[in-house]
Amino acid sequence: MKRGRVGWRILLIWVLLAGGPALASVDAQQPPPKAAQDEFVPLDQLPPQEQLPAAPLLIAAYSVAWLAVAGYLFSIWRRLDRVDRDIAEVGRRLPRT
Amino acid sequence: MPRIFLPLTLLVAAMFAYAPIMIAGAPIESTMFLVQKIFYFHVPSWFVMFSGAFLCAGASVRYLAKGSREADHYAVTGAELAVVFGLIGLITGPLWARKAWGVWWEWDVKLTLALVVWLTFVAYMLLRRYGGPGSEKLAAGVGIFGAANIPFVYYSVNWWRTIHPKTTVVPTLGPGMRGTFWFCVLAFMLLMVLIVAARVRLERQRALVDELYLNLED
Repeated sequence: MKRGRVGWRILLIWVLLAGGPALASVDAQQPPPKAAQDEFVPLDQLPPQEQLPAAPLLIAAYSVAWLAVAGYLFSIWRRLDRVDRDIAEVGRRLPRT
Repeated sequence: MPRIFLPLTLLVAAMFAYAPIMIAGAPIESTMFLVQKIFYFHVPSWFVMFSGAFLCAGASVRYLAKGSREADHYAVTGAELAVVFGLIGLITGPLWARKAWGVWWEWDVKLTLALVVWLTFVAYMLLRRYGGPGSEKLAAGVGIFGAANIPFVYYSVNWWRTIHPKTTVVPTLGPGMRGTFWFCVLAFMLLMVLIVAARVRLERQRALVDELYLNLED
């Protein structure tokens, strides 16, 4: 029984000793990892499923700019209109001299 | 309103109507392609943002030194321009970045400083709106410090390593791009002149209303 255990241990050590270099040689056969720069793919060479369409982003950007400017101009116009009405209102309430 | 206001409005409207035609006709950039055309509105919006911030700071200095109400009108106008056009820049930038960099936002120096400056002018506006009596002077200080950060925003790309393109982009633009870019800058700057005229008039009218109400109470 005891001799059997010792035999298994010897077998395990032998497998590890013999298999280690074998595994290392398998690892050595693998191609070396590529440098990050070698993996660079120009935008126009990306597969279609990985490409992000530019047109919606461009349209969104211009829409934001136009809407923000138009909204701001409208708000100034409204505030000017309101203050002009206030001036007219106070002017009516002021006693004439 | 000055007599030049109407012709200037027509000119700016015509320029903004023609700008998309020029932008569509400008050459396509060789690395970013179509999305690079955001540049023609993105950069001019920052021109106006920076101009508004400097207007606010200059007028704030004058207001603090001389107590000029007119300077205060210009200061609040400049701050509002900085907020509105900074917002345009902060929205159009990420739309461009999503395609060019693969991310909407990057906490790099340029972008973070730009956000900080924009938030400073938002703080200025909030102070003016909710700060109560005397907030004009506090806001003037905020405006000056906000504008003091602008050189750091502009030169950050040269001083630190950032993902954002350097300041050398505009001077090295190709001929087809250069004309379109400066046309858009001119359109934005003329729009800024119009807005300043209208917005300062609004502040003057508000001051007049306050004065009239005081007379009414007396």
